[in-house]
Amino acid sequence: MAKSRAFDVRRQTGFVPIALLCFLVLYLPIILLVVYSFNAGQSIAIWEGFSWQWYVKAWQNEKVQDATILSLIIATSASVIATSAAVMAALATTRTRGFRGYTFVFALINQPLMIPEIVTAVALLIFFAMIKVATGYTGLMYLIIAHSAFCIPFAYMPIRARLQGMDLNLEQAGADLYGTPWRVFRRVTLPQLWPGVLAGSMLAFVISLDDVVITEFVKSAGQDTLPTYMLGQMRRVISPEVNAISTALLAISVALVIAFYLLSKGGPQKNRE
Amino acid sequence: MAQASDTQATRRRWLLLSPALLILLFAASGPLLIVVIYSFLTPGDYGGVIWKFSTDAWFNVVVERDFFDDTLSFSDAHLSIFWRSVKLSLMTTLVAFIVGFPTAYFIATRPKDKRDIWMLLIMIPFWTNLLIRTFAVMEIIRNEGVVNSLLIGLGIIDQPIQMLFTEFAITLGMFYVYLPLMVLPIYAAMERFDFSLVEAAYDLYASRWRVLRRVIFPIVKPGVIAGSILVFVPSLGAYVTPRVLGGGKQLMLGNLIELQFGQGRNWPLGAALSITLLAIVMIALIIYVRAAGREEMSHG
Repeated sequence: MAKSRAFDVRRQTGFVPIALLCFLVLYLPIILLVVYSFNAGQSIAIWEGFSWQWYVKAWQNEKVQDATILSLIIATSASVIATSAAVMAALATTRTRGFRGYTFVFALINQPLMIPEIVTAVALLIFFAMIKVATGYTGLMYLIIAHSAFCIPFAYMPIRARLQGMDLNLEQAGADLYGTPWRVFRRVTLPQLWPGVLAGSMLAFVISLDDVVITEFVKSAGQDTLPTYMLGQMRRVISPEVNAISTALLAISVALVIAFYLLSKGGPQKNRE
Repeated sequence: MAQASDTQATRRRWLLLSPALLILLFAASGPLLIVVIYSFLTPGDYGGVIWKFSTDAWFNVVVERDFFDDTLSFSDAHLSIFWRSVKLSLMTTLVAFIVGFPTAYFIATRPKDKRDIWMLLIMIPFWTNLLIRTFAVMEIIRNEGVVNSLLIGLGIIDQPIQMLFTEFAITLGMFYVYLPLMVLPIYAAMERFDFSLVEAAYDLYASRWRVLRRVIFPIVKPGVIAGSILVFVPSLGAYVTPRVLGGGKQLMLGNLIELQFGQGRNWPLGAALSITLLAIVMIALIIYVRAAGREEMSHG
């Protein structure tokens, strides 16, 4: 088909096959995982008929139930905390002239993206061990705070992008009409900012839900989330239950990411071409 | 008057920033300082530390003391793990580039309204759980996995090929999970590329390979450097992928660090190794910032 057209300046030999192979490689393992989570047999290679049994088994497994509840509690709390902090930080750092300390603030907010997770995990293990000895508290707050911290840059990015594309005039008008700063924020800024906030909180939720390394190091005994429970199961013999849990988690992540994509696509900062 | 409103604005700004900064200082940046302190302490018998100054941990990063006669020698175990970490991370970066560059090129040459969808297809795996993607790779290359079953079924081999728990498995896994990080910045650099430059080159009788190397590549080079750093850095600090696909046999730096906090019970050594890893990552980032800066200078 390409040959019948005139000379195509964009063509490079072999690039299209490599690219298509790349997409195949990206999706094939995941698709196989999903398909075989419905397999009646134990194997990932031999199809023995359709069955829900691994989902039922996983659902009835008390450890999986506990881990699911814990994962949801942590992801929800971390997402709410990180998003609230990120909204405030974004309001302070966008639409303003550069200020003293900006580089420091920016580096600090983005630090979780740059430092290897294992290093942060070790740092938190040591630091929280000191606090545990000093206070005797071994509850969930350690995990919630740790998750909130590394979720902040993910919540911050879409909120900042949304703020940068927003019209300052409306807020100015609100202030001119004697709106208090809080009222202007709630009635003028927030409604416009909302898609960014929603997108940011969803990203934070996914990031928290998927975390393994930091959770593995920070958790106290009996505080398994779904990913750390699965990591513990990944020894030589793996029950297809793990396939079923993986598929469920995948479904949540994919749904949220697609929602995020649609939300950020509809934003006003995107100039229409 | 203007002075007063300026101070007020500054106060308001830092007030707004304080929750984010406090959380990050408390649970991300601050604890790093404690790691530095711990690397200069003496290990406790059952984990933890004794508050006594010591530089042993830093020596132990590369040197080991003989148990019987106290002679010092290079620690082969640690050096080979360092070497493996760097080697596998470089290989991962290289393979990711070989596959990622044509893919980014492919997406950037699609019609404008289709590009976002292709990019979404690249990003969906990235936003799904890293552990699950690693696990998916494991299921493919296991002895009872898809590849071996297929090859045995076709009669090509009669014994499964041991792929899991090898360096190959780790490299494949890291390539698989970090590939989107290579495609993303190269695509971003290529999307704005002006193909009339390529036309001009063809008018001057350049070959396709020459166009690629002399016209396209120099312009998207910052994207390639960014992508390489984005793949290399997490590969170097990888923990989950080598643990699951290396099966505790082929350790990388991340696993060596974890070992010191588990069975090894040598927290100061674990702390020193963490700081070493951090230092290598920082050097890589500085090289990147320099390179990106120089690119800007030469094009600006």
